Amino acid sequence: MAELLIFFEQIYRILFLLIPVLVSVAMIVWLDRRVWAFVQKRRGPNVVGPFGLFQTLADALKYIFKEIIIPASSNKVIFILAPIVTMTLALIAWAVIPFSETFVLADINVGILYLFAVSSLGVYGIIMGGWASNSKYPFLGAIRSAAQMVSYEVSIGVIIINVLLCVGSLNLSDIVLAQKDLWFVIPLFPMFIIFFISALAETNRPPFDLPEAEAELVAGYQTEYSGMMYAMFWLGEYANILLMCAMGSILFLGGWLSPIDLFPFNIIPAPIWLILKILFLFILFALIKAIVPRYRYDQLMKLGWKIFLPFSLIYVVLTASFLMYFDLLPGN
Amino acid sequence: MSLIRFFKTIFMIDFLTGLIMAIKEIFKPKKTINYPFEKGSISPRARGEHALRRYPNGEERCIACKLCEAVCPAQAITIESSEREDGSRKTTRYDIDMLKCIYCGLCEQSCPVDAIVQGPNFEFATETREELYYNKEKLLENGDRWENILAANINADSSHR
Repeated sequence: MAELLIFFEQIYRILFLLIPVLVSVAMIVWLDRRVWAFVQKRRGPNVVGPFGLFQTLADALKYIFKEIIIPASSNKVIFILAPIVTMTLALIAWAVIPFSETFVLADINVGILYLFAVSSLGVYGIIMGGWASNSKYPFLGAIRSAAQMVSYEVSIGVIIINVLLCVGSLNLSDIVLAQKDLWFVIPLFPMFIIFFISALAETNRPPFDLPEAEAELVAGYQTEYSGMMYAMFWLGEYANILLMCAMGSILFLGGWLSPIDLFPFNIIPAPIWLILKILFLFILFALIKAIVPRYRYDQLMKLGWKIFLPFSLIYVVLTASFLMYFDLLPGN
Repeated sequence: MSLIRFFKTIFMIDFLTGLIMAIKEIFKPKKTINYPFEKGSISPRARGEHALRRYPNGEERCIACKLCEAVCPAQAITIESSEREDGSRKTTRYDIDMLKCIYCGLCEQSCPVDAIVQGPNFEFATETREELYYNKEKLLENGDRWENILAANINADSSHR
């Protein structure tokens, strides 16, 4: 009986996390389209519900009723598995995101490694989708996507090392608490910029949306997908973007901490601060989508390997020597 | 790469300028209209849905000269005519296949009595193809419904004809 109770409590906690995440993914798609439209002086979706807030739900409903077409030459098992993998991986990563000091689903000690591992696995969904479609555009899109995500993960990994040097722990809650006095965005500002740009590339957002460059590759790895399977790719993609924004706000913007520990700020509940920071980063994502042209593929690779990777490596050395010299290393 | 260019790249000056411009654009008034709820202005010459007009006394204008049928490049118009009891020539059938029609406005231009006109209505989408095979009753009904606007449009454009 007691075990059953614990089981149901866990289920309840998971649902309490997953459902808000899914709803916010829907809202974020709306926000993305809306910001994009506003920059272009359009109105964006504004018909379904108040300010068009339910547009994504309407779209999802439409996708549910659409036929799922599985190409005859595709590898059917992998073809069906691909969007499921993408969606699942985008959602399971949320388990370690701390929303406040107490509210975290799994407070594991290697939280950042887990997050990094799961977001790296995200490339499998895309590769499987592109490969199993057995068609040239999805295949090219998947190859591009894999190369791009792998390259930028390297620099994201090195950037994370920077943060870890300042914290001395892989636990996400510890990383946030280490920023109580000073958010890492100030000492590690160049790293924050590089992390942000790498996050754009990691989630296949413009200007690095080469995997689905519609001018060349129709829709990249999603070309053969339709109906609910396409919607799952699409929701997974946005869940990943949201996750990257959450990662950015935890690593650099002090997670759930309020900017200053003063009266009007510190009565606002902790999760609200995290949500505000995620929203801030996401609006930047959306603005960037509106203003930048797409990179050429060789420029993308050059940026990743020749600029970001050496620069973040140099910064690791700088951070380490700074901490060493002033005897600020954590754990001392 | 010149030094200025190098610093511009490093500090992402061009990108930041673009970002600030994008944020400014957000607060400017929208260029698009909220379509189904507000509509743009339509020129008097707009070539929308067809209508057959009547004289103020209720008599049909069309004299079945079939000029529109002859000039129609898409051959969308079909006219049959016969003599009425009072000796005037009137159409017994006046069909327009709105799916064939290319909305060129030649029928309107060729009409000697301003009977067939293209009105300002462009929102006549239907759920079936059959509903777009317009017959004489439908066209006359359109004419009756839009007469005020049609007359005003023809008047507004008359000096250019």
